[in-house]
Amino acid sequence: MSDWTAEERQLVDWLADMNEDDALALAKRMLLEQRKDPLRVLELCREAMDIVGKRFEEGEYFLPELVLAGEMLEQIGAIAKPLITHRPGEAPKKLGKVLIGTVHGDLHDIGKNIVSFMLDINGFEIRDIGVDVPAQTFIDEITSYRPDVVGLSGFLTLAFDSMKETIAAIQGAGLRERLKIMIGGGQIDQAVCSYTGADAYGTNAVEAVALCKRWSGAVA
Amino acid sequence: MSAPAAPGPNQDAHDARWQRVLDCVALRRPDRMPVAMYATFWLAKYGGISCKQLMYEVETTRAVAERAILEFDPEIYNPMVLQSASGASLEALGFKQLQWPGHGVGDHQPFQYLDREYMTGDEYDDFLFDPTGFYMKKYLPRVGSAFEGLEELPSFPGLHYFRLVGAMRAFARPRVRESLQRLMAAGEEVERMMQHHFAFTDRMSALGYPLTNGSTSIAPYDFLADYFRGARGVMTDLYRRKDKLLALLDKAGEFILRQTVASARSSGHPIVFIPIHWAPDAFMSDAQFRTFWWPTFRRLMVGLIDAGLVPMPLWEADCSKRLEIIRDIPAGKCIYWFERTDMERAFEVLGDVTALRGNLSPSMMTTGTPAEVDAAVKHLVDKVWAKGGNLILDCAFGIPDETPVENVRAMFDAARRYAG
Repeated sequence: MSDWTAEERQLVDWLADMNEDDALALAKRMLLEQRKDPLRVLELCREAMDIVGKRFEEGEYFLPELVLAGEMLEQIGAIAKPLITHRPGEAPKKLGKVLIGTVHGDLHDIGKNIVSFMLDINGFEIRDIGVDVPAQTFIDEITSYRPDVVGLSGFLTLAFDSMKETIAAIQGAGLRERLKIMIGGGQIDQAVCSYTGADAYGTNAVEAVALCKRWSGAVA
Repeated sequence: MSAPAAPGPNQDAHDARWQRVLDCVALRRPDRMPVAMYATFWLAKYGGISCKQLMYEVETTRAVAERAILEFDPEIYNPMVLQSASGASLEALGFKQLQWPGHGVGDHQPFQYLDREYMTGDEYDDFLFDPTGFYMKKYLPRVGSAFEGLEELPSFPGLHYFRLVGAMRAFARPRVRESLQRLMAAGEEVERMMQHHFAFTDRMSALGYPLTNGSTSIAPYDFLADYFRGARGVMTDLYRRKDKLLALLDKAGEFILRQTVASARSSGHPIVFIPIHWAPDAFMSDAQFRTFWWPTFRRLMVGLIDAGLVPMPLWEADCSKRLEIIRDIPAGKCIYWFERTDMERAFEVLGDVTALRGNLSPSMMTTGTPAEVDAAVKHLVDKVWAKGGNLILDCAFGIPDETPVENVRAMFDAARRYAG
């Protein structure tokens, strides 16, 4: 970005290059000593995460980099967010709302948490309802939260049936037409996607972001 | 070492089945394609019982497992009356790393491991300095409530003469006594479980069916990642604690090797099953894999081979990009079991180095039809076995728990129809 200062560029580079110590020190200095606009600093973080996401897609980065990037952002966010003073109508516009949870019977959450984080930093509003979530809880949450996308996660093969049952229950409650459903997890493939009646599946967090962006019209 | 002998009328059948597996390991052509049976909680579905019954009603578990083996007639079978019959043992230990039927999951659900941080990032030095002390006073109390009183034991290194005598007063403390009593009771429970296991495997041996493996092991990286640091911890350690991680991997590699060799020799069985969790393509870069994962695992494999054992790693998920690296092992000494890695490509890269095992897809086994299973077996036979691959047919990670029984029948029928 041509309007970045050298210091801003440095922060983006250090974050994108996984240089945690230097990036956090610089972010703290910008926020607490220089009193930079916290929204600006968070915007720089988002730029860095775009680079991280691209490097993941290109096969340069893998899960460890997504997780470390997430932790760096959490730490900067914890400092920056209390400093934000919103004026009415100034809240950043979200691309869409995503409800996500691990289906009933399955307690795994590593993949779900990474997907939630990646959606969050890519501009989606996320409601993560945890693990071992009964179908009825999904229905209740869909009714109250009104998401655009529902993400069903599961690592075990028992999740195939839980996903199928959950999607059938959403359909039965008359909520299926208004939303898209994506599934993901270690054993998920096209066969499982067809079996469960989901709209699509992803094998990693970046694919989940791409699906949500496509459905929200954020990308062509 | 060879599989335990099976004296009696079924010895020839036993030895013929076992020889097929040994032939695959030695990269020789067996008289037919061996088929492995690996069943854990699928036995509940097969036997029409709950997962909870499988874990607690051991006589029932033994009967169901025996029926399954006799019906499907595999070359080898996994220890079926062990982990999936461990309910009472887990309870006695107050084991915290699993949720199992009646303890965190429903009666019809399999046990599930809880990925947590069981060792914090700043404890590397403690573990490195005194692994046994770290286990006794920190790790064990975190993973089992029966161990909790051991927190009050003294640190043993450094004790001497009358300081050693004086330190023994710790054993009079109520929490220590309670732990010792609970551990003795747990020991008896685990011994009962093991005797069931031995009785089951002896009986199956006498019926002509050799056990696949008598011991298990673990890659040093997976040991630290899964059971100590947790997924999030280990992934950030790659950046935050690189040197300490490498030092602990070296140390762990050594004690895992010693322990595995001792355990395998005690079992009298050469095959060592090693489930692999952290090698998949998506989990780290090629450079990270070559630095953090592969060197200590390769040393473990070579150490096991040097001890006369047969390592059988199960490469979970898709490890297609690792094949050229993991090829670097002595030829004719291992079984590489693949979960989602393309078996055709595995055969191309590894066919002259190792026996292969696998890998019918879990989604197909669970949601597909017998005809689809038949076609998938035929595909593996045509693309691997018929081209000279020393393939032991199996599912991707054993029989998925929900697999319809007719699909398992289709798997075994197809194997015999297309490959002996």
